[in-house]
Amino acid sequence: MNAFSIPQLRNEWLGNIRADILAGLVVALALIPEAIAFSIIAGVDPKVGLYASFSIAVIVAITGGRPGMISAATAATAVLMVTLVKEHGLEYLLAATVVAGLIQIVAGLLRLGYVMRFVSRSVMTGFVNALAILIFIAQLPELIHVPYLTYVMLIAGLGIIYLFPYITRAIPSPLVCILVLTSISIYLHLDLRTVGDMGELPSTLPIFLLPDIPLTLETLWIILPYSAAVAAVGLLESLMTAAIVDELTDTSSDKNRECIGQGIANTATGFIGGMAGCAMIGQSMINVKSGGRGRLSTLCAGMFLLLMIVFLGDWVKQIPMAALVAIMIMVSIGTFSWSSIKNLKDHPRSSSIVMIATVAAVLATHNLAIGVMVGVLFSAIFFAWKIAQIFRITSVLSEDGKARTYVVEGQLFFASVDDFRASFDFKEALEKVTIDVSHAHIWDISSVAAIDLVVVKFRREGAEVEIIGLNEASETIVDQLAIHDKPGALERLLGH
Amino acid sequence: MINLLALIDGSGYSKSVCDHAAWFANRLGGGVEIVHVLDRQELSSHPEDFSGNIGIGARTALLEELAELDAQKARLSQKRGRAILDDARDSVVASGVVNVTTKLRLGEIVETVQDLEAETDMIVIGKRGGGADFNQLHLGSNLERVVRSSHKPVLLASRAFKPVRRFLVAYDGGRSVIKAIDEIARNKVFADLDCELLCVGTETAEAVAQMEASASQLRAAGYRVKTKFMPGRPETVIAREVESDAYDLMVMGAFGHSVIRNLIIGSTTTEMIRSCKIPLLLFR
Repeated sequence: MNAFSIPQLRNEWLGNIRADILAGLVVALALIPEAIAFSIIAGVDPKVGLYASFSIAVIVAITGGRPGMISAATAATAVLMVTLVKEHGLEYLLAATVVAGLIQIVAGLLRLGYVMRFVSRSVMTGFVNALAILIFIAQLPELIHVPYLTYVMLIAGLGIIYLFPYITRAIPSPLVCILVLTSISIYLHLDLRTVGDMGELPSTLPIFLLPDIPLTLETLWIILPYSAAVAAVGLLESLMTAAIVDELTDTSSDKNRECIGQGIANTATGFIGGMAGCAMIGQSMINVKSGGRGRLSTLCAGMFLLLMIVFLGDWVKQIPMAALVAIMIMVSIGTFSWSSIKNLKDHPRSSSIVMIATVAAVLATHNLAIGVMVGVLFSAIFFAWKIAQIFRITSVLSEDGKARTYVVEGQLFFASVDDFRASFDFKEALEKVTIDVSHAHIWDISSVAAIDLVVVKFRREGAEVEIIGLNEASETIVDQLAIHDKPGALERLLGH
Repeated sequence: MINLLALIDGSGYSKSVCDHAAWFANRLGGGVEIVHVLDRQELSSHPEDFSGNIGIGARTALLEELAELDAQKARLSQKRGRAILDDARDSVVASGVVNVTTKLRLGEIVETVQDLEAETDMIVIGKRGGGADFNQLHLGSNLERVVRSSHKPVLLASRAFKPVRRFLVAYDGGRSVIKAIDEIARNKVFADLDCELLCVGTETAEAVAQMEASASQLRAAGYRVKTKFMPGRPETVIAREVESDAYDLMVMGAFGHSVIRNLIIGSTTTEMIRSCKIPLLLFR
């Protein structure tokens, strides 16, 4: 069905108006502390993250491929830009955001959304856990070498967040946490770090501006590595979040449209002074939990966020950092997949290693994209290793002891050729050797070369070599003959 | 064998849809397949929780909660759907149709129609669904989409069934109405019924000739046919005519224009469906 047909659009926008607006409000309230906290992670003024969250949410609501998913400034992209901001300043960050958006648009046009199929469940779990740990680590500066009063506030904040829902679920408990802690700190004149100390808050609506950077190739080389990493992480987290929302709501989404939508949002956000962002796992879950399903919920989240910030800026300044840290710890705990720790025992060791490798790589590099690449690499290696075990060579000696028939079955490819070679006994003096490969899959050139080598070696020892079924077997070199495109290909592949 | 597809949703129109389907099936000597579609939209559930916090294992907990809610709703609506279908089958069987089957499907009505219409000769649907408010004269939200997406004639059942004795063809000379005339002439559904061709517009020689051709085609098939020209706006003139002359059914070509045009200036077909209080047989 056409994604832009009128009934479809009406359904995605207006199918769920009341619940979408309410959920949008809840999400906006939860977005404020996060947007501020992520700006602080990246080392920029809170307004950069707040403008970004507004603009990304509103644009993705229109352009994205997954209705009901929340996108804004995120921790995953913020941690990538720390060094860029430190060394080159805010203007380079904005330019990097624009370039990252353009890369994402290209990725969407090239339909790279489908590459997600190579990201296994274990890698996703590793990604989520690493993200949760990154969010937690980012809170540490606020927790070390601070007056002990901060800890009291923090514990009070966490208490409110987790216990308030037992009293009522009608208002967001993180909001209650902010309100209570802020009032206490103002009333008692507590000397705590507040949001106002962290930098400038927005006082106006965002305006269009070009990043103030020299438009040279040199600039591009500075920002490109950051842009590429941001684009990759942004797409990964967005597509994963889309998969999670798909799962929760039992509906489907357009992954390539999501890539393009994220790209458009980031490109535009760079021009209004916002930092790059992507979909947010925690916020999207809050949205679904609060009843948000349609595009309207994402749009409302962005709109409410901006209105609240612009009109309540003076109050937002007074929020103690401890309240934000409490909320971020809640997000971190909620994002982490605790069941994955329990599952370490029961799951196959290879998937546990993939998960842990993903987390370790992220913690070492602070780059989620590298973590995912490591995870995918490990999954591929483990997969190849497992498949290579589906391989067997049996042999029968003829009655007169002069001829032997080897029967090769299973998967023959680079990872199994060593086993293949080792299975032949070249020391045996034979007149005739028959190798039956008609029940083997020959996947690549390595295996063809290995067969050739075996034949040559037997000939050197004076045996006459016959290979049975080579033609059928080599038809299974899928790439070469591209038979996977032909009708009945699967039957032929399975038939060997 | 001729098969009718009767779409019911358990609203006030379901009974009438069944009666219409039974009447046509009896005349055509065909079977009726009664279909009820459970909309996924109706199923998706909303837990009312605005606490905005995500606790330990929130994702799996939320997934389980939502899945459980959906499952409960789905079981309930399946039960309701089966009950609706059983009632409908009883009513159609009581009207004397032998070959009656029922089908409960998940998904969108339009998709279901597209899946099933290949084995169907005619689709029967109520003018309004359970979701539309009768008082506001709103038409069922699925109606236009079903008619637009289907290649088969669609009968829009009115609120109550009345055996058809006289029917009116809204004649505009368009392709769809010519197709409708062909169908009627061939099928003899309406054999020995009174038929009137009504053309709203100016009486040009060309239009008269075309209408006469159609009329004689019907006469050749054994119908008693009258023809009539009237000036004015089709919606109002035809509605008045239907009201004053007590027709039991109207046949017309439907949705000849694009979706975009309908969005801007509205559709004559929709207007007619709204203003005529009798069943309509639409051809595209």
